Amino acid sequence: MQVEVTVFATLRRYLPGLPIGGSRQMDVQPGTTIADLMHTLGLPAEEVKVVMRNHLQAELCDSVEDGDRIAYIPAVAGG
Amino acid sequence: MAKKILRINMSNLKATYEAVPEKWARWAGRGLTSSIVFDEVDPTCHPLGPNNKLVIAPGWVTGSPAAPSSGRCSFGGKSPLTGGIKESNSGGMCGQKIAKLGLAAIILEGQPADKKWYTLVITKDGVAFESADKLVGKGMYDVAAAMEAKYPKTALIGIGQAGEMKLSNAGISVNDPEYSPGRYAGRGGLGAVMGARYVKAIIVDDSGGPGVEIADKELFTKGRKALAAAISEHALTKKDGGLNAYGTAVLVNILNEAGALPTRNFSSGHFDTAAKTSGEAIAEAVEKRGGGMMGHGCHPGCIIQCSNIFPDEDGNVLVSKIEYETTWSLGANCGIDDLDYIAAATKECNDIGLDSIEGGNTIAIAMEGGLLEFGDSKGALKLFDEIRKGTPLGRILGQGVEATAKAFGVYRVPTVKGQSMPAYEPRAVKGIGVTYATTPMGADHTAGYTIAPEIAGVGGKVDPLSDEGKGDLSLAFQATTAFIDSTGYCLFIAFPILDIAEGFGGMVESVAGVTGLKITGDDVVPLGKEILKMERLFNESAGFTAADDRPPEFMRDEMLPPHNVNWTISDEVLDGVFGWVHAD
Repeated sequence: MQVEVTVFATLRRYLPGLPIGGSRQMDVQPGTTIADLMHTLGLPAEEVKVVMRNHLQAELCDSVEDGDRIAYIPAVAGG
Repeated sequence: MAKKILRINMSNLKATYEAVPEKWARWAGRGLTSSIVFDEVDPTCHPLGPNNKLVIAPGWVTGSPAAPSSGRCSFGGKSPLTGGIKESNSGGMCGQKIAKLGLAAIILEGQPADKKWYTLVITKDGVAFESADKLVGKGMYDVAAAMEAKYPKTALIGIGQAGEMKLSNAGISVNDPEYSPGRYAGRGGLGAVMGARYVKAIIVDDSGGPGVEIADKELFTKGRKALAAAISEHALTKKDGGLNAYGTAVLVNILNEAGALPTRNFSSGHFDTAAKTSGEAIAEAVEKRGGGMMGHGCHPGCIIQCSNIFPDEDGNVLVSKIEYETTWSLGANCGIDDLDYIAAATKECNDIGLDSIEGGNTIAIAMEGGLLEFGDSKGALKLFDEIRKGTPLGRILGQGVEATAKAFGVYRVPTVKGQSMPAYEPRAVKGIGVTYATTPMGADHTAGYTIAPEIAGVGGKVDPLSDEGKGDLSLAFQATTAFIDSTGYCLFIAFPILDIAEGFGGMVESVAGVTGLKITGDDVVPLGKEILKMERLFNESAGFTAADDRPPEFMRDEMLPPHNVNWTISDEVLDGVFGWVHAD
């Protein structure tokens, strides 16, 4: 099955070539979790502060499903 | 030497130095501006009349040696935009210099009978009242150039044409270390309150000033070091962390991902091309074009350095800085994704002396009202020129969102207490909506930044779409914020100290060390609530009721894409946030 992944800000360095605001399609096995995907992408766990699944707050232990969009977010805030 | 209050009376052009009365002695920053406004300003007065005052107060630790990121300065008065009490604070050069002159606060009151404009020059020797005839009608970039030539290495507090015209969206400019006038106590129209005193500019020269006394140097040093360590360690605030590398606009893509980036006058939470206006895009342009910088500090001693200097395509400096709020209000909320326009419009706001949140939102209202199309950046720039020139249309736009919405028959008006909402959609992030609705300031994200746990996972993790617990969450943030706004520390220290306990303790110790106040971490929320209580009581006396603590009607009725959510938090919850004011 396929999922769409994206990363922001300081995490972009781990997906070189990804355009700002862009995403990448990935083939994954059923039962894959957001944490599994994070490791596959080479994203250091200590740099991932928040994950979103289909624009909703999610947990690293959540499984992904076909067609999901997963976003990895580092420490951000401001205003 | 004990700190003094400097009272400047524009009716008779007299300046007097007063001992700080006991009732104000423990306050600084927002706590002091709100105390003075509460005690001295009639809540029913006209904001532009002779009975309003502009109060300027640096924080407790501002100006003390090596307290990190502590250059904030509070500006207070009765707001022409909201009709309630207002505290708006700014970075830049003025806070530290006022504090180093030994001043707890400056109170600007009265009005000159002849309505002549003045520049006030404040030094260790007193206040000089100079004619501002040559500055009248000028924007803040020209004012800054003239003042830097005459008074180099000083702080400049000033108003552009908007403040001269006493428009409700006039902010107060403060210069940065490069003497650029882009730091703003922007919200709530305090520039009009300064204009109504006929003060175009204030120069603060701290040469030879007494500096800031430290009551307990050992405690202060221990506290400031613990705080600095937390700031330097946290992924958000450390060097090359999110804020340092990308500025506050790092949030654009995140809020867009969360479906909470207000778009086209709060009609959607998602803007397809928001990435073009993001912190990542700003950083990329700065790197490719040259001539600008990321990681710029707005005042000496800031170790977060979230500011930037944005260049044009040829590498010439265009403006400092493009904030999250600015890139959003002028960008996504107007359906515009052109960073060069956003930079140019930001510069217009800085120059004319407009709050860029209210300014961008006003353009969006004009778009919804049919004056121009969403996405029309060229048309938008012309509207800023109307404001600068003070044309009838410009004067309507300069009054902000509510006045413009009335003029153009717009129903979707994203305001609370007359002040328009910042860059977080309350239907998709409920806690910040509670803050918008209930803070005494009018819709203001900085008054209780629940975004930290709701979006950023800082200080815990809370579902942004859930209603549960949002009243208590907002109050906790509002009370803590009122305290931090009194310290002189940048509000962004809240992120590391929410996650790192030693940093929180260090902040409190540094305040106790400077002031000699016997306070601990347990006193933060109670002291913050004391400030909030004064502000709420002022607003009640000004005529505010529970009906003023509500988000706009359309947010209950209209579903917000992409999550298709509306405002669902009950009025009872909103009324409960400040229920303690009369129960205690």
